[in-house]
Amino acid sequence: MIFKHDVLIIGGGLAGSRAAIEMAGSGADVAVLTKVYATRSHSCAAQGGISAALGNREEDNWLWHAFDTVKGSDYLGDQDAIEVMCHDAIRTIYELEHMGVPFSRTEEGRIDQRPFGGHTRNFGERAVRRACYAADRTGHVMLHTLVEGCIGRGVRFYHEFQVLDLVFNDGVCCGVVAYEIKTGRLHTFHARAVLLATGGYGKAFRVTSNGMANTGDGFAWPYRHGIPLEDMEFVQFHPTGIHGFGILLSEAARGEGGILRNKDGERFMERYAPTVKDLAPRDMVSRAIRTEIKEGRGFPGEYVVLDLTHLGKDHIESKLPDITSFCRIYMGIDPVEKPVPIHPTAHYAMGGVPTDIDGRVVKDAANTPVPGLWAAGEVACVSVHGANRLGTNSLLDTVVFGRRGGKSIKQTLPGLEWTPLPEDPEATVRDHIARVKAGTGELAAPIRKELGETMMNDCSVYRDEAGLTACVAKVRELRERYRSVRVSDKGDVFNTDLLEAIELGSLIDVAEGIATAALHRTESRGAHSRMDHPDRDDTNWLKHSLVWRDEDRGCRVGDKPVTITRFQPKPRSY
Amino acid sequence: MEVSFEILRFDPSRDSSPRYQTYRVEAEPNSRILDVLNTIKWEQDGTLTYRRSCAHGVCGSDAVVINGKNGLACQQLLKNYGGRTRFRIEPLPAFRVIKDLVVDMEPFFRHYERIKPYFVNEKPPPETERLQDPVDREAIDDATKCILCGACTGSCPSFWSNQQYLGPAALLKAFRFVFDTRDTATDERLKVVNDQDGLWRCHTIFNCNACCPKEIDITDAISRLKVLAVQTRL
Ligand SMILES: Cc1cc2nc3c(=O)[nH]c(=O)nc-3n(C[C@H](O)[C@H](O)[C@H](O)COP(=O)(O)OP(=O)(O)OC[C@H]3O[C@@H](n4cnc5c(N)ncnc54)[C@H](O)[C@@H]3O)c2cc1C
Ligand code: SF4
Ligand code: SF4
Ligand code: FES
Repeated sequence: MIFKHDVLIIGGGLAGSRAAIEMAGSGADVAVLTKVYATRSHSCAAQGGISAALGNREEDNWLWHAFDTVKGSDYLGDQDAIEVMCHDAIRTIYELEHMGVPFSRTEEGRIDQRPFGGHTRNFGERAVRRACYAADRTGHVMLHTLVEGCIGRGVRFYHEFQVLDLVFNDGVCCGVVAYEIKTGRLHTFHARAVLLATGGYGKAFRVTSNGMANTGDGFAWPYRHGIPLEDMEFVQFHPTGIHGFGILLSEAARGEGGILRNKDGERFMERYAPTVKDLAPRDMVSRAIRTEIKEGRGFPGEYVVLDLTHLGKDHIESKLPDITSFCRIYMGIDPVEKPVPIHPTAHYAMGGVPTDIDGRVVKDAANTPVPGLWAAGEVACVSVHGANRLGTNSLLDTVVFGRRGGKSIKQTLPGLEWTPLPEDPEATVRDHIARVKAGTGELAAPIRKELGETMMNDCSVYRDEAGLTACVAKVRELRERYRSVRVSDKGDVFNTDLLEAIELGSLIDVAEGIATAALHRTESRGAHSRMDHPDRDDTNWLKHSLVWRDEDRGCRVGDKPVTITRFQPKPRSY
Repeated sequence: MEVSFEILRFDPSRDSSPRYQTYRVEAEPNSRILDVLNTIKWEQDGTLTYRRSCAHGVCGSDAVVINGKNGLACQQLLKNYGGRTRFRIEPLPAFRVIKDLVVDMEPFFRHYERIKPYFVNEKPPPETERLQDPVDREAIDDATKCILCGACTGSCPSFWSNQQYLGPAALLKAFRFVFDTRDTATDERLKVVNDQDGLWRCHTIFNCNACCPKEIDITDAISRLKVLAVQTRL
């Protein structure tokens, strides 16, 4: 069947629902397609907070926030975009409050704020309270408020519709092909504008804080249509995933005073970041943990511990109720009484589909827009996070740039024609499904498992040429094996066996892009740490990478300049 | 340890009625029920179907019946069952089964939408945030934890006997807005819930509380809505 809407938003997480709210009531016919019920988008898992220099607890300034973000990004973030985000943060938080987000409050009834890694006062002096929060389920309450805001505004949702490809005609994006999960029917959605808000790709790694829906689909589609991905080598590993599970224990735990200790009980972060210690940015803390383990100061089983015991039961239970219950449920450990085993977990995609500050997808170093296509949220690379994202800046990114994307579409729409659909837009997807259903090779699960292992071993916190070369080769081998992937379920109704196999295709393409870009960048910057090139090299590498997919010859890597406005690159120490 | 999972299965294109199928799986005491389902799906039988995403009890996808009790497959570990090695997993009752453990949640979300589950305040907002006393904020804290998993509504005898009943999850959502000091649509919402298919179908049987994975006192929220509805005399 063919559906027609002026605007399609792919993804009902924070970025998608914020964009939809922006367009609701403008007269445009907007629909949101989402493969899980919108409230189940992985934004619901965000715990710790969303930053803005409100100054509710102590003096703060949006320029300090901008500086921290630039420094956190290891100077790879585009400073024009960072200024937009940090300046708009303040208005954004008030707006979210006005929309009903139940933030935690101070005694005076204002929005409460807590410290978070890498956020400082006065350009690095000491930690500052900048993260607005709702206990430790900030993302959950924001997501409910925004999805409910969409419901109140009459936005049309297609829940459990899985998009499988974008539709282009002569370089113009004019819709998507979607699979109705309940019935197995394919549909074409024809539109004048499409906004990608499909979230991250954490499932490419064996250990991750991401949900099973985070399979990088929205990275893979434009990539397969010749649009490059930007800064893919930068993958954030969050230092505190629950040992063995990868479930996140928010940085808020350290914001509230939690301390990392090695097997000797030593507060080892004092050695790595003397000023901010446990509140150093994530890339540094993850490396410190790996180094402690490598040098024999980890516990057997390769972990260190997060110690909250000195904070007291009341404080822990009131400020960190969810993560307290995660420790109790999954580890059988009460953080009030015992330190919790943790290790780094794959968490966030700094890179993604390149966009300008209005969410328009751009396809080259000259920022040439792709007509009809926008992107926002984790799938997009604006780039505000550069080589390393600061905690609380992603929730901010989703709502600031979700709104800007929506606004930009709203403004562009009156002049946008209906681009006709190409002939048989569903053909590629239909063939792919038929091929997978007829496959006689391996099942998807073992291939996915090997992919996760490879990425974890050779493309995670520490990297080097030999490992990355092997990783690229392995991913390409997995793609070969994937060509004849087999599924057991050949049916039409709720066939998650088939969908998991298709999602694996996205993960493989994305993983190849990540590993290739990582091999290409012969320096260490932010989350990309090359043991064979341990220093940052501004002379040769103060630039974004762009990676194009080329199935036959491997990916092609190019670059794009970084925008620098106020803050000249300096060595990064904390 | 080896566990056996007896799973209620139904494929509308093949089965005329649901049937149990038993799988034997090697698992750790620390494994989640969801991990075992994944192992079955990925290693033994790809046709086994269930919903899931976050895998740590925050998205609300995988409410099922585990040994007779509603709960999240990703929040229950094997070792929580006192050394037991036989498990029976069934789809949530009261909802139509689409396939295996996947039920049709449309009625659940329809009821949720009926209570106007969105923040309303027509007054022009101040320049900065609206102030809210932390004590007032605390009053709705529990209610904001709901992940819309449906375990409660699926356990409610009143809902089993009458599917027009709004059910505990929708009523809890109504509570979340009615008791939010910033929201102004209290009367409208009370009108919706103060209905024969609303508050008064709840006979305070506590099934909902007993299975809520977020340990929300749903019954208390419903009781307080009842008191308010009576006081307001709409
Ligand atoms: C555990 C955890 C904690 C975090 N805590 C914080 C924090 O405290 N502060 C912070 O700033 N950031 C935090 N982050 C990061 C932040 O939460 C995410 O980056 C952000 O929420 C992503 O939002 P999004 O809207 O881009 O994507 P998501 O919320 O992931 O939504 C993606 C949407 O796309 C849909 N989708 C995907 N593929 C398809 C497809 N093929 N077809 C149809 N629909 C599709 C999904 O159904 C979903 O609706 C955290 C992340 C994690 C994992
Ligand atoms: S207390 Fe009310 S809502 Fe909860 S199960 Fe009983 S009848 Fe249903
Ligand atoms: S109240 Fe509890 S059981 Fe009911 S939907 Fe919400 S989280 Fe699930
Ligand atoms: S998978 Fe999200 S609640 Fe269980």
